[in-house]
Amino acid sequence: MRILVIEDDDETADYLAKGLRESGFTVDRAADGREGLFLATSETYDAMVVDRMLPGMDGLAIVQSLRAQDNATPVLILSALGQVDDRVRGLQAGGDDYLTKPYAFSELLARLQALLRRRAPDAASTTLKVGDLELDLLARTARRAGKAIDLLPREFRLLEFLMRHAGQVVTRTMLLERVWDYHFDPQTNVIDVHVSRLRQKIDKGFAPAMLHTVRGAGYRLSAEAA
Amino acid sequence: MSAGRLVRTTAFRLAAVYGALFAVAVVALFGFLYWRTLTLIDAETDAAIASEIAGLAEQYRQRGLVGLVRVVGERAAAQSGSALNGSNVYLLTRADFTPLAGNLKRWPAEARRTPAGIVFDLRGEEESGVGMARARIFVLDGNFRLLVGRDLRQREKLRALVAEALGWGLAATVALGLLAGTLVGRKLLKRVEAINRTGQRIVQGELKQRVALSGAGDEFDRLAENLNAMLDQIERLMTGMREVTDNIAHDLRGPLTRMKARLELVLLGHADPTQFRAAIEGAIAETDRLLATFNALLSIAEAESGAVHQTMQAVELGPLAADVAELYAPALEEKGLTLATDIKPCPPVSGVRQLLFQAIANLLENAMKYTPQGGRVSIAVGAEGAGAALAVADDGPGVPADMRGRVLERYVRLDQARSTPGSGLGLSLVAAVAKLHGATLELGDNNPGLKVTLGFPPAPPKAEAEAASTVAAS
Repeated sequence: MRILVIEDDDETADYLAKGLRESGFTVDRAADGREGLFLATSETYDAMVVDRMLPGMDGLAIVQSLRAQDNATPVLILSALGQVDDRVRGLQAGGDDYLTKPYAFSELLARLQALLRRRAPDAASTTLKVGDLELDLLARTARRAGKAIDLLPREFRLLEFLMRHAGQVVTRTMLLERVWDYHFDPQTNVIDVHVSRLRQKIDKGFAPAMLHTVRGAGYRLSAEAA
Repeated sequence: MSAGRLVRTTAFRLAAVYGALFAVAVVALFGFLYWRTLTLIDAETDAAIASEIAGLAEQYRQRGLVGLVRVVGERAAAQSGSALNGSNVYLLTRADFTPLAGNLKRWPAEARRTPAGIVFDLRGEEESGVGMARARIFVLDGNFRLLVGRDLRQREKLRALVAEALGWGLAATVALGLLAGTLVGRKLLKRVEAINRTGQRIVQGELKQRVALSGAGDEFDRLAENLNAMLDQIERLMTGMREVTDNIAHDLRGPLTRMKARLELVLLGHADPTQFRAAIEGAIAETDRLLATFNALLSIAEAESGAVHQTMQAVELGPLAADVAELYAPALEEKGLTLATDIKPCPPVSGVRQLLFQAIANLLENAMKYTPQGGRVSIAVGAEGAGAALAVADDGPGVPADMRGRVLERYVRLDQARSTPGSGLGLSLVAAVAKLHGATLELGDNNPGLKVTLGFPPAPPKAEAEAASTVAAS
């Protein structure tokens, strides 16, 4: 997978590139807006990480320009501006996700992987299947190994999200945003409790354990062992 | 202040305009008076001439030409001095204009015709001529010519008088106008200069300066009041910003120093991979804590700065509170606490959804942290007056009455809480969010425990319409 990183701060860019390469991506770098846009339009990438404040051309302008050229490469916008309006503006400009600095690399990685996964749409299907876990999106029911599992509405949504991102790391912030539709920083482990309850329902009494905790990052639902 | 600046002031210009208007008025008034008086004088002159003529006509009738000559001579002589210093003018001549009697040396060579006779210039008679004379001319039997007139000395005097008066009047008007303009202009300029100077000093960094009020309650004072209010706001914002940077610096320094120390320690010793791993994990955990504090501080700053550019939307507090409750319910259960929700319908409030969620979450987290096992936490939402009220209550140790103001400040933590993890920023954020939303924040006794109440004003009508349409659409 090829990723383009447009970031003017050398150290950040180095750190990002290194982290991404170690995660198995090929990384190209641009240090200013114009160079970034040039690379984005002349080469194909699977995803882009674009800093909002860039010399030469603002990050949002780059995204808008790409979208105007019918380029649908997923873009993760990085910005020090974190107010609600800034996020909205970033997403309206055509960005697919918006991460505010300071951020944890694990967060960025998880979100990037989520973006890449989104490119293969299977929205038409009404069931999700991971291992022997099945989710019926119409009937709002869950089964594992044929056995029905009783889930509360929120638990269902949580499981749905995890299954849609099966095999990927999903951070707590991502869960808060997508499953609860809020963007904030909890002081306590409030999400963890929801996840552990879900784990009780879908993993207890079944093998193998599918809902894994990834230390320092988040969670991953996978039929294979961690 | 320079003359140039003075002249360009509005005050001076106004004074100049008024001065010009007054000058015009003065000229008009004097002109009118002059004209009226002139008319009067002319009428009097003509009347005087007519009565003279009546007298002379009588003489002529009774005594003939000889008598006329004698009478004209007598009357001419009766005028003091020469014709030029007397008032009446007489001249009787033969047909060939040779003078027979009178006080004119010769028949006037040039004369202007008027409806009542002629007007001619007396100045030809002597050097010190007084000016003009009005006269009537008669042609008698035998082509003798009789001229009876009166000089216009009075008229001349009046004209001179009026001209002089007008001159002085205009000069006085202009001078007064200039003086008034200068004085008023200077006064106003001084007030404006005072404001300008204050502004300059503030720009140069003396933030505490304010524009002085004169106490007159006039428009300048109002301007000064508004400017001062603006400056107060700017000072608040700047102080807020400075506080934030101070806080961030403070907050970064501690944990970073700790982190550095711990890592250095590990490097110094003969650590094995497990210890290295532990040190790195500890550093990451510390970094996470730093990030959380960072975000919290920025959220507070964002809320405190009034965030004018945040878009306020219509928010239904009921569903929002229910969401928070639902998110925290399992965690509360784990801690052995019961959560009671009492959500009643209430009008929408104008606000920022994310910040409100964070505020309620902070309150719940506090309740969770400080209420011992077996306790009870409740969230209540309902209408209050025209707006909405939200209350989070617990039956934990509560906050003593004398600390209730202070706990809202940053980093303030109650003594008994010092051992529990936390940044001390939770309530500060709630306070900042309340301020941003124009809501009241009250900390009260829940007997036992703490009850935090937020009172929101109603949303403006437009927001209500938005809320209605959002609800309808969903």
